[in-house]
Amino acid sequence: MLRFILMRLGKAAVILIAIMTLNFFLIHAAPGDPAAVMAGEAGAADAKFIAQLREQFGLDKPLLTQLGIYLKGVLQFDLGFSYRQQMPVAQLILDRLPATLLLTMTAFVISLVLGTFAGVLASARVGKWSDTAISSLALLFYATPLYWAALMAVLVFSVYFNWLPGFGYETVGANHTGLARLLDIGRHLILPATTLGLFFMAVYMRMTRASMLEVSQLDFVKTARAKGLKRSIIQRRHIFRNAMLPVVTLAGLQAGQLVGGAVLTETVFAWPGIGRLMFEALAQRDYNLLLGVFFVSAAMVLLFNLITDILYRFVDPRIRVA
Amino acid sequence: MREPVLRIKNLKIALPAGADRDFAVDEVSYDLYPGEILCIVGESGSGKSMSANAAMGLLPDLVRPVAGEILFDGKDILKLTEDEMMDLRGRRIAMIFQEPMSALNPLMRVEDQIAEVFEAHDLLTPRDRRRRAIELLTEVGIPDPEKAARAYPFQLSGGQRQRVMIAMALALEPKILIADEPTTALDVTTQAQILELIRDLQERHGMAVMFITHDFGVVAEIADRVAVMQYGKIVETGTADEVLDHPQHPYTQKLIAAIPKLAAGAAPEEPARKAPILEVEGLNKTYVTGGGLLFSKPRVVHAVNDVSLSLAEGETLGIVGESGSGKSSVGRCLVRLMDPDSGTVKLAGQDMAHLSGEALREARKSIQMIFQDPYASLNPRAKVGRIIAEGPMAHGVPRAEAYSRAVKLLDLVDLDALAIDRYPHEFSGGQRQRIGIARALALEPRVIIADEAVSALDVSIQAQVLDLLAELKDRLNLALIFITHDLRVAAQICDRIAVMQKGRIVEMGPARAIFDNPQNAYTRTLIEAIPGREKELAAAG
Repeated sequence: MLRFILMRLGKAAVILIAIMTLNFFLIHAAPGDPAAVMAGEAGAADAKFIAQLREQFGLDKPLLTQLGIYLKGVLQFDLGFSYRQQMPVAQLILDRLPATLLLTMTAFVISLVLGTFAGVLASARVGKWSDTAISSLALLFYATPLYWAALMAVLVFSVYFNWLPGFGYETVGANHTGLARLLDIGRHLILPATTLGLFFMAVYMRMTRASMLEVSQLDFVKTARAKGLKRSIIQRRHIFRNAMLPVVTLAGLQAGQLVGGAVLTETVFAWPGIGRLMFEALAQRDYNLLLGVFFVSAAMVLLFNLITDILYRFVDPRIRVA
Repeated sequence: MREPVLRIKNLKIALPAGADRDFAVDEVSYDLYPGEILCIVGESGSGKSMSANAAMGLLPDLVRPVAGEILFDGKDILKLTEDEMMDLRGRRIAMIFQEPMSALNPLMRVEDQIAEVFEAHDLLTPRDRRRRAIELLTEVGIPDPEKAARAYPFQLSGGQRQRVMIAMALALEPKILIADEPTTALDVTTQAQILELIRDLQERHGMAVMFITHDFGVVAEIADRVAVMQYGKIVETGTADEVLDHPQHPYTQKLIAAIPKLAAGAAPEEPARKAPILEVEGLNKTYVTGGGLLFSKPRVVHAVNDVSLSLAEGETLGIVGESGSGKSSVGRCLVRLMDPDSGTVKLAGQDMAHLSGEALREARKSIQMIFQDPYASLNPRAKVGRIIAEGPMAHGVPRAEAYSRAVKLLDLVDLDALAIDRYPHEFSGGQRQRIGIARALALEPRVIIADEAVSALDVSIQAQVLDLLAELKDRLNLALIFITHDLRVAAQICDRIAVMQKGRIVEMGPARAIFDNPQNAYTRTLIEAIPGREKELAAAG
């Protein structure tokens, strides 16, 4: 097992460097650079000033040299310096990462648990009106534009009923500490996490439902019935466990994308996460920051793929033993 | 006479509206006596499994019994509640199925799956259940039962999995064992072992066995009594000897006549062979699995190991072997659906194995393949005309000409010209296989490779397709390589036979010589395992 993980980590490192190289060239292929943007904003777009900025940022060196410097930094866990924000990139990202992870992981758990539960429920009532109702509801959440649903959630639960805070990560100026702070953050979390979670729920619901129905047709389910087992045991032990395999795969793919996937939600709810950081960096051609965000999201995808594969070895003996 | 343990009376099982007939089982009556093996025989769609499934309460959702009764222990099973049914299943009546690959839960250890039988009926403590599981595995003859108990199904072979299924079925000493095509998916040598095991256990435990099969060879091996089904009705019942030796009903007669006879086949003396059209020399193919981008260790399987053979014009060469013997890999290498690692494949003097690009495309016309699964091998979204005309059109034949030839080809394989505008799903399995043959012939090949081309077909349809192939071969002067696991089929149509085991040809020669006087030990094992062979020899001798 340890050998497997080490091997996978080795592969992940290689892939990560390849991704970073590709990202580096892609970003530099886009027109404009941070020096031009900054000079433009300063109202002094004269060539000398821009050249001076370029030299300061190291943008005057050949592209390959720049790449070399950057990758060397990455290998030493140094993601560079954001000249826009006048802060190390790693610092900027680390400041924002917890908020994003909190939001997306909560949404992930909500969508996975609710989706799986709804899927099992629908499959047990296949063809009946409750199956149709569950499927339609899930589809409704999925079809509703995320930002619109988010705005409506704010309007209804925050503005109209005033039950929950509608924006931010915690109450500004309240200076809560300890448990009070956690509760405060939790209250802020409910609306964005639920909105995001319900959106993704449909995918899990449909996958679980289809998978349950498919597995229930398999021969070993008939074998289980021929043993005289109760339906509830057959459902749980034989159908559900097998039906979860594709859902685990899907969850692994989705979990990795969560870091970059909450931009809209973070924007509507003014959630201080990575998504917004990335959006700002893009607008300002903040190369180092942008590359840093890409690095973190790529690393997340690889990490969750690894976790999925490890998890798979626990749920599926064919992969563990073979 | 003794009291029957199970009595089925005037059973009628309705099919959902829109099926090809109203009743899957129509007014069927039969008795099962203690200590006997009753074979229910029929082709696909005859309803042979239905009454057995009804006795287990395991009919598919849309199919339901509408009349008649199934009497067991003085009660009508059809009137039992689901709770009473659950008590019956596994404890009084047990069942084993066709596909040992899929009949076990892939995520559970073997011992847990056996222990579940006791658990379902609240018997024994968890520890005793495990102990019994190992005892049962020992009884069904699994090597190293302790290890097998801890194994997952995928770690066992098909035959071993079927033994596990049998162990599960035996666990609670049921009065009746229902075996639904339990050996159909197995290799012939494994099949012989499992049949012997079922026979043996039946005698030892005094169970009644209801054995459902399509294979009269298997019937000859195992049956005490036989019931033959057609279109949901029983057309004939009797003792095994009566039915096999003196079938009364025309359908039974037709079925038995359609079984390929071992004594058939080519003339005893080998006719002078014509010039070879296909010469294969030192063919090798290894599969490498596992082993990713970096680090990990790959697994190597030598699927084709130094295979050499030659095929004369107008000759039929059979390549026989069990699953995993490499026989299909050879076929795929010959038509270059797979690239061999080394060796030469000379087709009319030209080495196919190392051609590429345009030259390969051109050479491919001369060697075509017919596949096993008539359902999966035709594109479901393409009309039959396109399926047949596509090949010639790809080789530059104008569309109109290709389609008019397709019509002629359909006529050649005894299908109506109207078929050209239909989709594959509108045809039966046998008809689809004819379409597959027409498709292969469209390019006017000189060699046809038929990979298990009749294995998926019922025996009466199989006979028709074999006749068609033989006729076309003569008419079009084709050479045929016939890849099959079924030695009866090989005996019937092959001039020469190559026996493969573990990637190698272990014996090759004229068909008669192989069957009458096999030299290789493995060949002998294969031939002895052919179901119904002893009976046939006794009848002939």
